[in-house]
Amino acid sequence: MSDALADWKPDVLGVEGRVLPVVTAPAGVLSSEGAEVDPADPAIVQLAADLVATMRVSPGCVGLAAPQVGVGARVFVVDVTEHPKTVTAHGTFVLCNARVVEASRWRPGREGCMSVPDLTGDVKRAGRVVVEAVLPGTGEPVRLTTDAFEARALQHEIDHCAGKLFLDRVAGAHAIYQRKVYL
Amino acid sequence: MNELAITVIGPDRTGIVADVSEALAGVGANLSDSTMTRLRGHFAMTLICTGPAAEDVEKALVPLKGVLTTVRAVAPEADADVAGDPYLVSVHGADRLGIVAAVTRVVAAAGGNITDLTTRLTGPLYVLIAEVDVPPGGADGLAAQLAVAAQELGVEVTLRRAESDVL
Repeated sequence: MSDALADWKPDVLGVEGRVLPVVTAPAGVLSSEGAEVDPADPAIVQLAADLVATMRVSPGCVGLAAPQVGVGARVFVVDVTEHPKTVTAHGTFVLCNARVVEASRWRPGREGCMSVPDLTGDVKRAGRVVVEAVLPGTGEPVRLTTDAFEARALQHEIDHCAGKLFLDRVAGAHAIYQRKVYL
Repeated sequence: MNELAITVIGPDRTGIVADVSEALAGVGANLSDSTMTRLRGHFAMTLICTGPAAEDVEKALVPLKGVLTTVRAVAPEADADVAGDPYLVSVHGADRLGIVAAVTRVVAAAGGNITDLTTRLTGPLYVLIAEVDVPPGGADGLAAQLAVAAQELGVEVTLRRAESDVL
């Protein structure tokens, strides 16, 4: 099943992605649980392409979930390839209906979010996760094992799909920070 | 030994902590617990000191320009035993009057004791993070009450157990 992800490229979606405006908090869609989707639905395939396109034009963006472009659906894109904290990386990929099935090696780390542009926060995340999901278009099931920064990005995006922000998980009253530089 | 509660607040600038702590050291005031942080460009210091009389500290702080200071003698710490479990409350949503008042009233009514709290306003987004000692067995009830308050305020709230890993 993991080969499906290794071979996956945004081109297989077969539609042109549109750059969508990114929604920022407070916005209801960011705090609402996203709906399970039919990965074969043409609207979901288009959404997948749009998420890729929007992520690519956003400097420093390593992941983007459907609620961040105003759509309450369990779809997100991740690409941590270029990030210095990355160990394992699976390139650019879009997942639908993803869930974490195993999580271990919990570690604190600081994270930000395009939908909370002025703050960062310390959040404990699993440094190793197994995620199960389906691919947009084909609906092919994938089981992804990853670590380090890609694991953190996946948990952050899966949280978005459940209507949660990093603010809901920060480690303490002194664990949020005013962001000085955007990246 | 006098115990003093001191607050200093003024526009943030380089050297403000050095100036204040130097003035305190100069009159023999020994800093015990303190928090110092920048709040919307104002630098705010809250300190507990031991040592000299309040008047001496007040005099020592007078030469500091552009800051507001208060110095009060306080009774030494009366350490009530904490009989609660540590929890974290996160609140975020559109800014409006009374979010902190409503949320903290719910916490207090449930017997929860707030030990630390930060709020941030960035653009239209208001964020409150509080650390709360919750009476044993009281977390579920508090979570339900917070959900009601959050609904009325139109904000999001989460209550979760605070983790403290002892290394």
